[in-house]
Amino acid sequence: MSEVILSVKDLRASIDGKEILKGLNLEIKAGEVHAIMGRNGSGKSTFSKVLAGHPAYEVTGGDILYKGESILEKEPDERANEGIFLAFQYPIEIPGVSNLDFLRVAYNAKRKYHGEEEIDTFDFEDLVEEKLDVVKMNPSFLERSLNQGFSGGEKKRNEILQMALLEPSLSILDETDSGLDIDALRIVAEGVNQLATPENSSIVITHYQRLLNYIEPHFVHVMYDGQIVKTGTKELALELEERGYEFIDELVEVGA
Amino acid sequence: MSPLVSVKTETNTYLSKLLKQFASDSQSKNLKELRDRAKSLVESSRLPDKKDEEWQFTDLSELLEQDFQLAPVAEVSTQILEEYALLETRESRIVFVNGYYSPELSNISAIDATVYVGNLKGLDEARQAKIVNHLADEVGNEKLFAALNTSGLEDAAVIWAKANAIATIPIQILHLSAPEESTKFSQPRTIIVAEKSSNLQIVEKYGVAGDEYGKVPYLTNTVTQIWLEENARVNHTRVQKEALSCFHIAKTAVFQERDSHYTGNEISIGSKLYRHNIEVTQKGEQTETNLNGLVTISDKQLADTHSLVSLNLPHGTVNQLHKCIVSDRARAVFNGKILVPQKAQLTNATQLNRNLLLSPKARVNTKPELQITADDVKCAHGATISQLEEDEIFYLRSRGLKETDAKFLLIDAFAAEIIDRISIESLRKRLTQCVACKTVN
Repeated sequence: MSEVILSVKDLRASIDGKEILKGLNLEIKAGEVHAIMGRNGSGKSTFSKVLAGHPAYEVTGGDILYKGESILEKEPDERANEGIFLAFQYPIEIPGVSNLDFLRVAYNAKRKYHGEEEIDTFDFEDLVEEKLDVVKMNPSFLERSLNQGFSGGEKKRNEILQMALLEPSLSILDETDSGLDIDALRIVAEGVNQLATPENSSIVITHYQRLLNYIEPHFVHVMYDGQIVKTGTKELALELEERGYEFIDELVEVGA
Repeated sequence: MSPLVSVKTETNTYLSKLLKQFASDSQSKNLKELRDRAKSLVESSRLPDKKDEEWQFTDLSELLEQDFQLAPVAEVSTQILEEYALLETRESRIVFVNGYYSPELSNISAIDATVYVGNLKGLDEARQAKIVNHLADEVGNEKLFAALNTSGLEDAAVIWAKANAIATIPIQILHLSAPEESTKFSQPRTIIVAEKSSNLQIVEKYGVAGDEYGKVPYLTNTVTQIWLEENARVNHTRVQKEALSCFHIAKTAVFQERDSHYTGNEISIGSKLYRHNIEVTQKGEQTETNLNGLVTISDKQLADTHSLVSLNLPHGTVNQLHKCIVSDRARAVFNGKILVPQKAQLTNATQLNRNLLLSPKARVNTKPELQITADDVKCAHGATISQLEEDEIFYLRSRGLKETDAKFLLIDAFAAEIIDRISIESLRKRLTQCVACKTVN
């Protein structure tokens, strides 16, 4: 049986005193891809940020076990270095830091954390150039300031490039597909597929079923008001697409 | 006796006490006349206080509490020099200690005959006579400290490029203070002349020799004058890294003839009180002025940059970007004036002051100011104040960076916009390390 990578138990979290996650349960094993769908405001992005340890959110109940250990007390950087990777919905632009330097700093932070020697600029450049192919990125992107002036598609590809370099055990893709044209979407999805192994797993948070034509999930979860209210296979996503989220409203009402 | 009168008397006494310390016999006739004129200007002035608009945020009362003695000639070990000397200027640097020329520490073996690099006393008589007339040229309202400097003028650092001279390597002027156990003041002076179509790259650096006296207050009152003749180009980086016990008062006056380009990069890191008046006068058509500033202060430091750029003829360009990183209880002051009179049509001027505040007690007083009477111009100005954003820090932490490292990186990125404009690699590297280590602890 595969190793359990992530086990979320009755997770409750709030921001500025307002509860957003209201008892969320989820279990993910190595090799699995889970899609989480839901309306805006259902708590999908909050869930991704809580997993990554955003300090603005307070966990008020439940637990998150990563590889069997609670990570609630761990800093965002510790979580990252232990293999949790969040691909941001809105990657931050940082003028004045070259993309290449940023990638190297992140890569070396992980090596340092694991007691490995940091790698120098030249070796790193070789490494990163191999990875560029995953997201079909032009090397000139490395010289530019981090995400500055990048198009939406370029920013998302840059997130996947970081993922390729950092080789996480658990990646969380927060609406990586939103706003992408079909070519960019295909590149991003193919990148994610290339990086999938039997040892790692991912959570794909999305609003649109379309992404799931390119990244095939083993499970689809529907979030509603801070909880996962329905879990199924990818057929559930098709059903959602066809019937709209009103279908969930009905479902919840019936349940209640 | 009203309080106002008493203040005036007090500062006058203060100034005359400083004036009395200057030797009166050792200079040439030309220099003596110049000094006497400056001296009478100082005698008829009073020290500015908070009621003066230009000194509203910069309080000199702490200066008044000190009894400064003129700093003597001092020896500095070559070891200390290593801290400040740049790799690129090993054979193109002049060093002054407490305002006195130090030939032993200077090395100009890589400079050819088209550029004079040395002290005023060593300059040929013809050029000495010519420059002394120029030294009286001063612009703007801030005359007092410059006149105080001139009152004691005996020697100066001089860089003089002849027409068409292209200096391929940067030249460094290093002004070191060697504070002693009692409070001293020194008055470095720098003169830069770029004749027609010449090209110069200069680093003017202020530092302190040794840490052991770093706690004794001292005053550096410095004046730098730069003349660019037609079509000349000067790239000038000024780095102020004095001890935290220093009062550093400075004027940089730049005069530009037609088609000339001046780029001034101002970096200010040290001193408890720093006041820099930059005054640029464009005297010809199609003249370009670029002013870049980076101030990094913490603790209770105060850094005040007042700049004044006067355009007078058509097709002038001014680009100014002044950035401040302020932490702890420090305060940054910026007052930038660009004057675009009726005659200066087709001017292109931008001025921006950006501030990064790293603590709730950090303060910034900013006043970008364009005075435009010409009607066919492109001008823009503004100021911003920001903090490190939680989301930016989180993004970096989610990539494995520790919180401190994430902050470092963001601060460095803020500073990089200015530091990257400096063409000397070793200085860029040094400054990058310096900015980060100073602001995050």
